[in-house]
Amino acid sequence: MEVRLEHLTKIFPSRDKKGSEVVAVNDFDFTIPEGKLIGLLGPSGCGKSTVLYMICGLEKPTSGKIYFGEDDVTDVPSEKRGAGLVFQNYALYPHLTVRQNITFPLENLKGDEKLTKEQRNQKALEAAKLVQIEGLMDRKPGEMSGGQQQRVAIARALVKMPKVLLMDEPLSNLDARLRLQTREEIRRIQKATGITTIFVTHDQEEAMSISDMIVVMKDGIFQQMDAPQKVYDDPVNLFVAKFLGTPAINVFEAEVKDKKLYIGEDMVMDNVNAKDGPIWCGIRPEGFILNDEGALHCSLTGVDVMGRDTSIVSTNPKMTGLNIRSIISAEDLKLTSKESVRFNIKRTKTLLFDKETEARVYYD
Amino acid sequence: MTKSGVKREGIMGTLSGWLYLAPALAFLIFFMVYPLIDVFIYSFEEGYNSASQTYFGIGGYNYSYVLRDPYFLQAVKNTFILVIFTVPISTILALLISLALNSIEKLKKLFQTIYFLPYVTNTLAVGLVFMILFRKTPYTDGLINMMIKALGMTTVDFIEGPYWAKMLVLCVYVIWIVMPFKILILTSALASVNPVYYKAARIDGASKTRIFFKITLPMISPMIFYLVITGFIGAFKAYSDAVAIFGVDLNAAGMNTMVGYVYDMLYGDGGGYPSYASAAAIILFAIVLTITVINLIVSKKTAPKG
Repeated sequence: MEVRLEHLTKIFPSRDKKGSEVVAVNDFDFTIPEGKLIGLLGPSGCGKSTVLYMICGLEKPTSGKIYFGEDDVTDVPSEKRGAGLVFQNYALYPHLTVRQNITFPLENLKGDEKLTKEQRNQKALEAAKLVQIEGLMDRKPGEMSGGQQQRVAIARALVKMPKVLLMDEPLSNLDARLRLQTREEIRRIQKATGITTIFVTHDQEEAMSISDMIVVMKDGIFQQMDAPQKVYDDPVNLFVAKFLGTPAINVFEAEVKDKKLYIGEDMVMDNVNAKDGPIWCGIRPEGFILNDEGALHCSLTGVDVMGRDTSIVSTNPKMTGLNIRSIISAEDLKLTSKESVRFNIKRTKTLLFDKETEARVYYD
Repeated sequence: MTKSGVKREGIMGTLSGWLYLAPALAFLIFFMVYPLIDVFIYSFEEGYNSASQTYFGIGGYNYSYVLRDPYFLQAVKNTFILVIFTVPISTILALLISLALNSIEKLKKLFQTIYFLPYVTNTLAVGLVFMILFRKTPYTDGLINMMIKALGMTTVDFIEGPYWAKMLVLCVYVIWIVMPFKILILTSALASVNPVYYKAARIDGASKTRIFFKITLPMISPMIFYLVITGFIGAFKAYSDAVAIFGVDLNAAGMNTMVGYVYDMLYGDGGGYPSYASAAAIILFAIVLTITVINLIVSKKTAPKG
């Protein structure tokens, strides 16, 4: 089922007379295509969980509309909306067994949808098999590990075949090893069920690795929505460029003069179709080519060996941030000097952004 | 060397543990265990004379006397009625009030204070007020009777009238006195339930009633069992409540309780019979013990874990 958000806004009133109100979500407007796994990405406190809670009905929007398919569900209470939510701390009912936790949503079905006890147990078993916990049906939440609890929470959300599945930071409570394993599980489950799934995270690597599409948010405002590789290669502004990618993009204070790009005194690129003037220049770590006659002069700080690649750490007077990280393949590593290093930059990995608005400037 | 060293530490460890326990243990033994055993022995000594400290023989005469004493049987009946009515009603009412308090935002603190006030009042003073409210004398009707008249029904003397009226006043009074503490406990129990479970239940499509019976109630059930058990024990020990309303001569008023009977047997006008008092006290002890054990078994079976 497609989920459409129209001009969605959520304002939290101020707690006392002095404080100001908080605009958690500001005029959010986008459509989530049916059957896809969407990552809602942004720094902590940017309003992503609020968007999620409005979609499932736990928060009422201040203005705007939410559609599940063709139906306007903005005023439908959460009990009737048919969304499934996996909470960040799972919220499994501690006094019920796994089986009872999973059948709980089914017990609340009324009318034509009402199920017999066998049907409920059958569906619970199917959901449990999907998340691979069918052996734990009679345990209580307190007797299971975090990873197991989370899978129970997913089963509980899925068992009623929701129209949309929502996950609030599903991986943040897991240890690093389990995180990798579980994010693949989420992708596998989503593909198996085909349910439109939105998960919220602040970890860009997580979002990039499993989402069909990423939505980037900052301070309650929609930034960009696209396939992960596109958001990485073609960010719409400086914030998105800096948020995605590890190591982060290297940002320089640069200048355009006569269709040439200058970082300090170095002319690093020509054929630049942009207005003259100061500009932000972002170069991805993989956008540096080691060259003794390279255009960009930097002072060498150190070399981090990573096996397959090498990370060259250097500095430049026009950089923003503590240092410049360039990823070079280990085979290409040839440093002639101990103090300085020179690079040529790849055109496709060099992104320009307006100095004031930070919006992307296309220069081809 | 090491072996004996470890052993000594073991003994020293346990010894210091026992030393720490000693004062409390001494207190318990002198003031609870010893008197209990003493009373138990007293109850089997027939015809005990406190002046000469002599008794006739050992036997169950005291018990058969007490069990045939109409005052005792009346006291047992009164106590049981008190227990059966006040414990469930006060607990359920306290639960309803706590739920209501939990769901209002404005004036919450004000209402909490109002409902807690009875706890800080003097029970005897309250009893006096109840007596004045409910009594009907040739000179005045009392507030309650005035309200009854206004509703068009015949007035009743609740203090010196029929048995059911007196029992009603006593039950209302006891409920009024015990509710504040229960409300306090239940309000904090309700507040301690993590609200995320309610959110999860709403997402799962549960109605408010289902949430109450399937989520809220199970999660506060340990507290409810605590209140029921202590409620039972407290109700069995009721005495000052009856005195507060009906005065000291409870046997005459037919409103005596088991504790009151024991007291009267020891110090009352027709008293000075420690053997009968001991027998009655042991009977009371046995009843309360049985009911508490039953309560504990039931609560262990139905209590959720985790």
